[in-house]
Amino acid sequence: MENRDDLIVNDSYATLSNHSEEEGKAIRKKIWQVTLLLSVLTTIEIIMGIYLSSRSASFWPVVKWSFIVMTVVKAFYIVWEFMHLGHEKKSLRRYIIIPYVFFIIYMIFLIIQEGFSVGSHS
Amino acid sequence: MAGHVENVDTATAWGGGRSPFNATYGKMMMWFFLISDALTFGGFLIALGFAKASAESWPVADEVFFHFPGTHANLPLIYVALMTFILIVSSVTMVLAVEAGHRMDQKGVQKWLGWTVIGGLVFLGSQAWEWSTFIAGPDGLISTWADNATLTNNPYSANGMNPDDVRYTNFFFFVTGFHGFHVFTGVLINFLVFLQVKKGIYQERGHYEMVEKVGLYWHFVDLVWVFVFTFFYLV
Repeated sequence: MENRDDLIVNDSYATLSNHSEEEGKAIRKKIWQVTLLLSVLTTIEIIMGIYLSSRSASFWPVVKWSFIVMTVVKAFYIVWEFMHLGHEKKSLRRYIIIPYVFFIIYMIFLIIQEGFSVGSHS
Repeated sequence: MAGHVENVDTATAWGGGRSPFNATYGKMMMWFFLISDALTFGGFLIALGFAKASAESWPVADEVFFHFPGTHANLPLIYVALMTFILIVSSVTMVLAVEAGHRMDQKGVQKWLGWTVIGGLVFLGSQAWEWSTFIAGPDGLISTWADNATLTNNPYSANGMNPDDVRYTNFFFFVTGFHGFHVFTGVLINFLVFLQVKKGIYQERGHYEMVEKVGLYWHFVDLVWVFVFTFFYLV
């Protein structure tokens, strides 16, 4: 390989993230905890999904919002722990999360609002 | 985590010649790609939300997805639940592969990445069955094309739903299809990296960051499924 400064600098970040056997043990423990949490939440979602539907449940909005909350919690743990974002530098974290969340919430608000409006006029 | 935090003052960090994010170019670019891909999926799911909000009524998932291979019992959502678990498990094996890579444990990476590839293939196979069952429609016969679920025909129209409204089948094919395509490319990329791991290329390089990068993509595929599961099958 030819001598390139940028690659050497780049590679140093990658090698710095290596860890020892004991640290690995703690990380694996965390991985299994997150796995358990994701499995429990998914199981709850499925049980609710089987027994409650928009047709049978009179308290459907509560059910719907609890699905959404559980989904966001699952998404948070996948991004924070599995994708390791929670352990990156604060600047990188914010740089990735804030613009996305801002745009997507704005878009959800606009489009769903329009959806109900179109539905009520047709 | 060890080594991730270097104490450098802001002026030096942002002064050029180093990454102020303590991340390599490749990892940053993977995150950029994932953000844009997340916007695409977000667009799909928000469009689905628009369709649901504006439709007179919408089919209930429990009444569409109740089949399971090898039985005629009514098992609402069980098959989709199984697919969800397969994907979660393959995400866990992937994160274990990344962890093994950080310990420079070549055999460990090989084992967990191998399981991740297998998990992805099982998911793809499950999706093929799911699609053929969905296309066959309520009569369960895929050979009778006229009453099958296609882009121009929706045999699942719910009470009060306009029979010409084919948005339900269209969203099924486009949302799960686009996700399935991501799973397919993910399996392909994971397999290629698996071969590189086996060759010892990353061992020689001194770090397994490539596994971490494809891991980001694979977790993203799982992340998208979490949302698809909620917004297509549950809500």
